[in-house]
Amino acid sequence: MITLNINGKIQQADVTPDTPLLWTLRDVLGMTGTKFGCGMALCGACTVHVDGQPTRSCVTPVAALAGKKITTIEAIGSTPAGKHIQEAWRDLEVVQCGYCQSGQIMSASALLAGNPHPSDEDIDNAMSGNICRCGTYVRIRAAIKQAAQNAQGAASAHSAAGGA
Amino acid sequence: MGFERMVERSLAAGLNRRAFLKAGAAAGGGLLIGIGLPGLMGGAEAAGKDAAEFTPNAFVRIGRDGRVTLVMSQVEMGQGTYTSMPMLIAEELEVPLEQVTLEHAPPDNKLYGNPLFGVQITGGSTSVRAYWVPLRQAGASARSMLIAAAAQHWKVDPAACHAERGEVIHSASARKLKYGALVDAAAKLPLPDKVALKDPKDFKLIGTPAKRLDTPDKLNGKAQFGIDAQLPGMKIATVAACPVFGGKPVKFDEAKARATPGVRQVVALDNAVAVVADHMWAAKQGLAALDIQWDEGPNAKLKTDDIVAQMAQAAEQPAAGALAIAKNEGDVAKATAAAPTKFDAVYQAPFLAHATMEPMNCTVQVTKDGCDIWTGTQVISVAQLVASKITGLPQENVRVHNHLLGGGFGRRLEVDYVMQAVQIAKQVDGPVKVVWTREEDVQHDMYRPYYYDKLSAALNDKGMPVAWSHRIVGSSIIARFIPGAIKPGEPDPDAVEGAAETIYDIPNRHVDYVRHEPPGIPTAFWRGVGPTHNIYVVESFIDELANKAGKDPLEYRRALLGKSPRALAVMNLAAEKAGWGKPMPAGSGRGISVQFAFGSYVSQVAEVAVDKDGSVRVQRVVCVVDCGYTVNPDTVRAQLEGGIIFGITAVLYGQITLENGRVQQSNFHNYRMLRMNEAPLVEVYLLPSAEAPGGIGEPGTSALAPAVLNAIHAATGKRLRKLPVDTAQLAST
Ligand code: FES
Ligand code: FES
Repeated sequence: MITLNINGKIQQADVTPDTPLLWTLRDVLGMTGTKFGCGMALCGACTVHVDGQPTRSCVTPVAALAGKKITTIEAIGSTPAGKHIQEAWRDLEVVQCGYCQSGQIMSASALLAGNPHPSDEDIDNAMSGNICRCGTYVRIRAAIKQAAQNAQGAASAHSAAGGA
Repeated sequence: MGFERMVERSLAAGLNRRAFLKAGAAAGGGLLIGIGLPGLMGGAEAAGKDAAEFTPNAFVRIGRDGRVTLVMSQVEMGQGTYTSMPMLIAEELEVPLEQVTLEHAPPDNKLYGNPLFGVQITGGSTSVRAYWVPLRQAGASARSMLIAAAAQHWKVDPAACHAERGEVIHSASARKLKYGALVDAAAKLPLPDKVALKDPKDFKLIGTPAKRLDTPDKLNGKAQFGIDAQLPGMKIATVAACPVFGGKPVKFDEAKARATPGVRQVVALDNAVAVVADHMWAAKQGLAALDIQWDEGPNAKLKTDDIVAQMAQAAEQPAAGALAIAKNEGDVAKATAAAPTKFDAVYQAPFLAHATMEPMNCTVQVTKDGCDIWTGTQVISVAQLVASKITGLPQENVRVHNHLLGGGFGRRLEVDYVMQAVQIAKQVDGPVKVVWTREEDVQHDMYRPYYYDKLSAALNDKGMPVAWSHRIVGSSIIARFIPGAIKPGEPDPDAVEGAAETIYDIPNRHVDYVRHEPPGIPTAFWRGVGPTHNIYVVESFIDELANKAGKDPLEYRRALLGKSPRALAVMNLAAEKAGWGKPMPAGSGRGISVQFAFGSYVSQVAEVAVDKDGSVRVQRVVCVVDCGYTVNPDTVRAQLEGGIIFGITAVLYGQITLENGRVQQSNFHNYRMLRMNEAPLVEVYLLPSAEAPGGIGEPGTSALAPAVLNAIHAATGKRLRKLPVDTAQLAST
């Protein structure tokens, strides 16, 4: 039995230690929001956060996750960065088929959480590991910028309110 | 008949024809309207002859709670159908878009066939085009019945009432009734003989960038793609088909596979072996442990070069019965003999895999009296048919539960993965989800055909073309897909679309097609397959002729577009927006393309920079489209943006090659996709038009390749006639 901390919940999975987190999530725990695209860390569809870091779950064995906090697409909306990213994705209609978007949103949320003002280069660096076959890159870039702006607005509104 | 041709003919014949409607009470209360669409094949046409045999293609149901449900078979693959179709209904029915829900229809050709194809298919950009008039008529008829019901109740003249936001209003007495309260009375009324559709200038919803209804669940992991199907007791299987097409397994180590923790069963098929396990990891480990030995069959030595050599040969000496004339206008030989300048070229386009982000997968449970299938398919009823054949069960006992598609691009018009999963499931107790690895998906795709094109032109003393001939050599997808559809001596209409008819005014033209099926590699549709290839060739060759004549490629095209005002308009706007003619830095260039395909006019200008090592960066693409009336302009933009990125991937990286009968590419490291850091700026402009809507799923891709190749020529002076871009050829030494 492997014990995992997923989205703040302790979960048990009956898998061998070398089993990648991706298949543990999808096939054993029934959490299918995290997607399979390549199995070789080439496409980013399977991205989750491990202690806040974007991580390719298809090449991360569960044995490496003891004591770590895993966040998946199912819960990213409850983080401030994740919420802003989801909203911007909706505002700009980023999504087409949607299959890559769990991974895109996880990568983008990690970027925004660690970097409130991502430049084009920062976006390239953080997002180039995520393939979108439908070709939504143009909108992903715009949506990350919008999310950053909205997060900024929310933060300053918050500090203004706090300061008054 | 080819997809696109079918579409064109149907559009010409049927688009503005009245749909066949029928109204009645819905089971459980409410108003139900059945829609039979005018089309070439299938139920609706028959209904025209005999109203008693009316079989609707879609349904609109208005419940007592006022909710409107549209039941239809179009599949969502990212093209926004989920939102566009409800929009058509909502517009005429006068309800807010949020009040309309779309339901997948179960497979039933008689009930839900796409009127242009006769069977349930989403492909060839037809969705909105097919339903443009019928859905609006259904909405308008329902509205008029609801108004009539309210007028009856109030004992007033229906003409004094109107509908707004899901209510009927009698302004004079300020009375209102919600649709939900009127549905049962309306269901008893006759369907109006005639309803007036709104004038496009009165549209409130159509033409506005409505939010897509399917988006929210795709942002939080809730959306259910085929691969997400889950059933109690379900097992996961993964599979290896013989790496050489046509081969079969001879020996494998079943005991070793079964010794892998989590592995339950090994299933052998004629050409493949599957491992069934508790989860994908165990299945993959088990498959690796099998150490399968193959009898590679007759294609064991096949390589791409051999296939190309055969095609070159077929271009010179077509096999008996393989040649078909697609167009013969004027007298090419005579005009050529009289012309001062002649020019020829050979163009080639490679095999391509689809590489949908969601790998092929299909979940099946076979029991002694039924078969259930959970998958994402563009052809529900074909899936049902093949499953019925394999299981020996009657078709009505096969239930297909369709899911969202993680990309289609033509791949999910095929049912090879469904057939395989049913064969596996027949040998498994309980439900089994068969998931292909990415390697299996790339190496056992059904590929965009290789094409080999020979062109020649004769130019007059002003450098303008007076004769044009074009020979296309490649496989016929239609002939395989719809057996019997192509008569002897007829060309595959899809393979010649964009070549047989062109927007250019050239007096003498000869276009023919040589059907040539490559051995050892299956071919299929691929995002606008025929036109995508033809536009690449025609638009590159026209550019070459402009170069040859020493003329600006834009001016040259303008001089030839006298008979195509819509093409001219999109091209002029693209040139203007792109700043055509403005100087560019050394090593950079601009290229243009213009096309009519899939019922839409598109022009693109691409800007590229070519590095010293020959690598190409597409920096900016300006795209102008006239796709007739746009239902959801934001969806149109998104489709074109995506089509452009898809096109760049193909131009820069896309090729599937064979060596020793095996596909050499396997995953995204050697079958590359364009990534964020390589994506250009994309600007899309819609040219408003009141014409019938055209397709938008494919045109962005087809216009891209020639724009980029023409830009590379502008940047380097080098003309590439083979895809993908060969950087070695472009490296400056
Ligand atoms: S599935 Fe993990 S990176 Fe592609
Ligand atoms: S939205 Fe389809 S792969 Fe990205």
